[in-house]
Amino acid sequence: MSARGAVKTTCPYCGTGCGVDVRLAPSGIEVAGDAQHPTNAGRLCVKGAALGETLVPDGRLLYPQIRESGIENRESLKRVTWDTALDVVASGFQRIIEEHGPDAVAWYVSGQLLTEDYYVANKLVKGFVGTANIDTNSRLCMSSAVAGHKRAFGEDIVPVSYADLELADLIVLVGSNTAWCHPILYQRIVKAKQRRPEMKVVVVDPRRTATTDAADLHLPIRAGTDVWLFNGLLSFLHQHGIVDTAFVDAHTTGLPRTLAIADNTAGNLRGVAKQCGIDETLLGEFYRLFARSEKAITAFSMGVNQSSAGTDKVNSIINCHLLTGRIGKPGAGPFSITGQPNAMGGREVGGLANMLAAHLDLDNADHRALVQHFWQSPKIAERPGYKAVDLFEAIDAGQVKAVWIMATNPVVSLPDADKVKRALARCELVVVSDVMERTDTTAFAHVLLPALAWGEKDGTVTNSERRISRQRAFLPPPGEAKPDWWMLAEVGRRWGYTAQFSYSGAHEIFDEHARLTAAGNRESGIVEEQDAAPHALRYLNLGGLAGMTREQYDALAPVRWPVPSQNALAFNDSRFPLPDSRPFSDGRFYTPDRRARFVPTMPRLPAHARDDDFPLVLNTGRVRDHWHTMTRTGLSPRLAAHIDEPYVDLHPQDALLCGVREGDLARVTTRWGSLVARVRSSGEMPRRNVFVPIHWNGQYASDARVGSLVNPVVDPVSGEPEFKHTPVRVEHFAVLWHGFVLSRRPVPMRDVTWWTRVTGARFLRYELAGRVTVSDWSGFARSALGAPADADWLEYEDRSAGLYRAAHVVEDRIEACVFVSPRADLPSRAWLSGLFAKDRLEDRDRLGLLIGEPPDRGADTGPTICSCFGVGRNTLIDAIRGGCHSADALGRKLRCGTNCGSCIPELKNLIATALEPA
Amino acid sequence: MNLPVPDAVLPVTKARPRPRLVVVGNGMAGMRTVEELLKLDAALYDITVFGAEPHGNYNRILLSPVLAGEKTVEDIMIHTREWYAAHGITLHAGDPVVAIDRRRCVVKSKSGREVGYDRLLLATGSKPFMIPVPGADLPGVIAFRDLQDVETMLAAARDHRKAVVIGGGLLGLEAANGLLRQGMDVTVVHVMDSLMERQLDKPAAALLKQALEKRGLTIRLETNTAEILGTSSDSPLPQAGAGPGARGPRVRGLRFKDGSEIEADLVVMAVGIRPNIDLAQAAGLHCERALVVDDTLQTLSDPRIYAVGECVQHRKATFGLVAPIWDQARVCATHLAGHGHRRYVQTATSTKLKVTGIDLFSAGDFIGGPHTEDLVFSDPRRGAYKRLVLKDNRIHGVVLYGDVADGPWYFELMQKRADVSAFRNRLVFGRSYCEAAA
Repeated sequence: MSARGAVKTTCPYCGTGCGVDVRLAPSGIEVAGDAQHPTNAGRLCVKGAALGETLVPDGRLLYPQIRESGIENRESLKRVTWDTALDVVASGFQRIIEEHGPDAVAWYVSGQLLTEDYYVANKLVKGFVGTANIDTNSRLCMSSAVAGHKRAFGEDIVPVSYADLELADLIVLVGSNTAWCHPILYQRIVKAKQRRPEMKVVVVDPRRTATTDAADLHLPIRAGTDVWLFNGLLSFLHQHGIVDTAFVDAHTTGLPRTLAIADNTAGNLRGVAKQCGIDETLLGEFYRLFARSEKAITAFSMGVNQSSAGTDKVNSIINCHLLTGRIGKPGAGPFSITGQPNAMGGREVGGLANMLAAHLDLDNADHRALVQHFWQSPKIAERPGYKAVDLFEAIDAGQVKAVWIMATNPVVSLPDADKVKRALARCELVVVSDVMERTDTTAFAHVLLPALAWGEKDGTVTNSERRISRQRAFLPPPGEAKPDWWMLAEVGRRWGYTAQFSYSGAHEIFDEHARLTAAGNRESGIVEEQDAAPHALRYLNLGGLAGMTREQYDALAPVRWPVPSQNALAFNDSRFPLPDSRPFSDGRFYTPDRRARFVPTMPRLPAHARDDDFPLVLNTGRVRDHWHTMTRTGLSPRLAAHIDEPYVDLHPQDALLCGVREGDLARVTTRWGSLVARVRSSGEMPRRNVFVPIHWNGQYASDARVGSLVNPVVDPVSGEPEFKHTPVRVEHFAVLWHGFVLSRRPVPMRDVTWWTRVTGARFLRYELAGRVTVSDWSGFARSALGAPADADWLEYEDRSAGLYRAAHVVEDRIEACVFVSPRADLPSRAWLSGLFAKDRLEDRDRLGLLIGEPPDRGADTGPTICSCFGVGRNTLIDAIRGGCHSADALGRKLRCGTNCGSCIPELKNLIATALEPA
Repeated sequence: MNLPVPDAVLPVTKARPRPRLVVVGNGMAGMRTVEELLKLDAALYDITVFGAEPHGNYNRILLSPVLAGEKTVEDIMIHTREWYAAHGITLHAGDPVVAIDRRRCVVKSKSGREVGYDRLLLATGSKPFMIPVPGADLPGVIAFRDLQDVETMLAAARDHRKAVVIGGGLLGLEAANGLLRQGMDVTVVHVMDSLMERQLDKPAAALLKQALEKRGLTIRLETNTAEILGTSSDSPLPQAGAGPGARGPRVRGLRFKDGSEIEADLVVMAVGIRPNIDLAQAAGLHCERALVVDDTLQTLSDPRIYAVGECVQHRKATFGLVAPIWDQARVCATHLAGHGHRRYVQTATSTKLKVTGIDLFSAGDFIGGPHTEDLVFSDPRRGAYKRLVLKDNRIHGVVLYGDVADGPWYFELMQKRADVSAFRNRLVFGRSYCEAAA
């Protein structure tokens, strides 16, 4: 903690793991980038910068609750004491374990958990319940990368650091919209490229995302054909003699068979180009670029991982780096960029169904013995448990009868999510610990446990480059909320394991975790008494972080693992930075023979192909300013301003063929489910591909959970679902009316077919559409907005055109307004939204109220483009017409794009459009 | 210019004289026609004007402001006696024409004057309709039609407290407002369930009622007058300034059909007008509801006789507002001048209520029907209400209350039959919004 009263903590969003300075000012909570944090050096993306706006009490779960009767009846949830709630959980799980065995219970946890929470959960489940039925939403995110790492390196090790990105001559971004999903990393790449224009960036992505803006080459390959691409690269490199023979001979095995398969499946450019659906010369250019770039990094994200061939995709990438020896060297290597703040921490403690703990293996008896001894546990899980998708299958099938869901929202995020709903509805005991009271998942809980949120909880997270940073508390716990580890430990104590679960704070848990990583680890400096276990060697080693006092733990500076005990003295003193350890720099891997494995990757198409009924491919992903199921980002007006509604993006020609039009609503249907979203044709989509964002759910929209559409197909090795490829159909969704409501208070959604809720500054916005004719709009609107009969109520109706508009004014202040039209041609919400900031409406405001714009148009800034500085589209267009013809010039004039920079691609597009001759 | 002037009416002077135009009615319609005619050819006719009222021509529309004390009689004079003299026009004011001898082409006045004509223009206007209830002829029961009525009311206001205006139309409300401004207790009695039902729809009428009541008017809707009660002839009540018959019995109240009664020292009937066609009918000119004219304002029966104003019927329509009468005057003048190239075409009309502080505008058919579409805006707190009636994407009617600035613009769009579909969604919000979008 700095002397000036700022609390240093770590951002709770993506896997970049930026440092955040929080100051509790009288005016509110100020959030800024931590200038000393090596990841972001003071910068924050718009999501991070808006963290302060999300620290609101709205919707928090504050007390333990127990449901007395059926699921459908929300009201039957009753507040109870922690003791009662924990007794119910402990006895409920115990009864089911006694009756049906330990495999009849399960935990479904989250990459949002801190390492310490994760550790206690994993320990309780694997050592004290004796099952490996603990899986996590990280399964949906990077388990293919983990599996790929384990197959190739023998251990889940990310070999590249962020600094390497700045050293590389070539960065290949595969299946990663880095610009939107890891903005700070992207900005580091863009900056490096500005410094060294010779540095090349290649983007491999079916979509022309914002990331492609900085790319020298964009390869819009057909969804799911990555293995062909990288098999082709392997073959090409080999054919052209780009082989580090010494490295391959000394440090790898398996090349011949791998190469044979690559040659057979992707041996010539033309074939690969055809398979991938790209231009042959473009492909050749990429291959040649890779061939001549010694310092090459292939960074990949969900586009690679979320696939039924995800693990093979990862290995096909790693194979190319092994062949060229471009690994374990500065500026080179395969780089998995994780999505969640602590997916990596979860991997380190082993909080997945196919891991044991601390990079030790479930199927290794010695490892099991080591861990069981270390934990002093009565038993130890012996075989892998259910992975995420299978877990909910097992619940649905009645094999798993009790589940504890922590810090995640599977009803929204899992594939075939309607089945998840059904499964939870059938489950005997559903425990949910969360920070929010109402999520799509808490609706199914029998027991609700209030957890601490970011800013309240205390612990560590690990980012994509293996850097451990502290998340520190700076707010008091609201209500009776508690840390997740505490709840788990309390259950452990109720089962009689008092000694094993008597933690006084997160630092003790971290210490235990650190010691476990060193246990039996021959390279570590700490010698455990049971250090006889063979093959417990692993790169993960936090021995040097063991033994910290609470104060030392609190002061822990961001550090990359491993931190073996010989570095213990230096770990916490910034004057003596740790030598950045570079895995594999000695050519030694963590397989039994210390050699890396080439993994033969037989390419295969996604599990379900397009057909006449479902002629398009559904791709899913994030948008720039939202995070996961919006429980946090949904609270921020600034973040809601960028993309406010669930949408389906598709090629204009496909839109035409589907009979849908930009701005209208469309039903998006797969064999598994359907949703309704606004149609867009952003120009990013290739033919036959549609994109739907993952964020919207039952709390923010009537019908927008893309999870319910995704095919429940998983990678055979990693169990990661194929989120990026589901055959889909898009159809016009006819409605009789469109509308929106802006209101200071929540508005009940009755007789509304489709709605989505957007958080605004001092108001809520609802976008609406209906299939039910409303004959008396005035009555409908008055009752929906709760306006009394003598209210100050402005109204406009064009009945035969189906137009209705009204505004409710209370003491000269706008309280709510509603706009309805049979077409999606409603006026801009921007100016109206601004009226909610005024304590008093001026006469001119009142005049414009029902037309939705001020008498002089200049006051309407249009939809927000730059969220950091709140710069609207109209303002930008005026500035462009006024002579600002570059993003830089706009930035100088309006500051837009000068903070997180993630709007720069949009600024450039806008400049191009605005300057186009009419 | 060679008018076919019949020999029989040629005067016996030697020099060939100018043809004679006789105008019956010294009101706005007749004199506007004369003015238009003078503009076309000032020397064409030898013009004689007969008027029933003993004044020059004044603007009848502005009687309400005079009553309300906002204008003086001088303010509303259009043509003074001097004007007639200056233009060589013979004026017989206060001497109404009582008969037309079409065979001889001569009119005869009340005072016995006979004047021959080559062309006759009838502009006899209308008479206020007096509901035929017992007591309607009592002193203190008047209409609101001319300067005399205004003077009667002003006099009554000086000496009396209680006035009742029968009729909640445009004229009635203006009269009521005027009397209120003169310090009287005024009750408006209206037989319909909303005020100004010919100009306002119900929501606007309700706003108007609210605003008028706020000013102190008492308004009784759906109230039928059964009888006007008078004092007995030996009433000790002072009888001042009530015109002729001041010493006899005088109005003291009204009884309604529901049996209730109300006190009144003055009763103003403003329940409508009837075209004044007594003279025309007596002369055998074809009349229906009014004196029927063709598109040139010529009477159907006699090509020498033209007619304009509230006394005419053109294609089934009769007239009460000034704008169409101005059009008639212009057309009629071209035919009298022998140019004969214009046709009278009816256009939509618009109304404003001349009550200071109450802004109200109405035009066209604002009630609408099965093929019309309504745009309705209301902001009761600000006292604003707008309703536009569209038909085939054109403005068919307008009612504006409270915010009437765009009234003339809507009216212009309506008269031009402009297609408003391009800015229909903005139309109600006014011209500046529509033009900003264009």
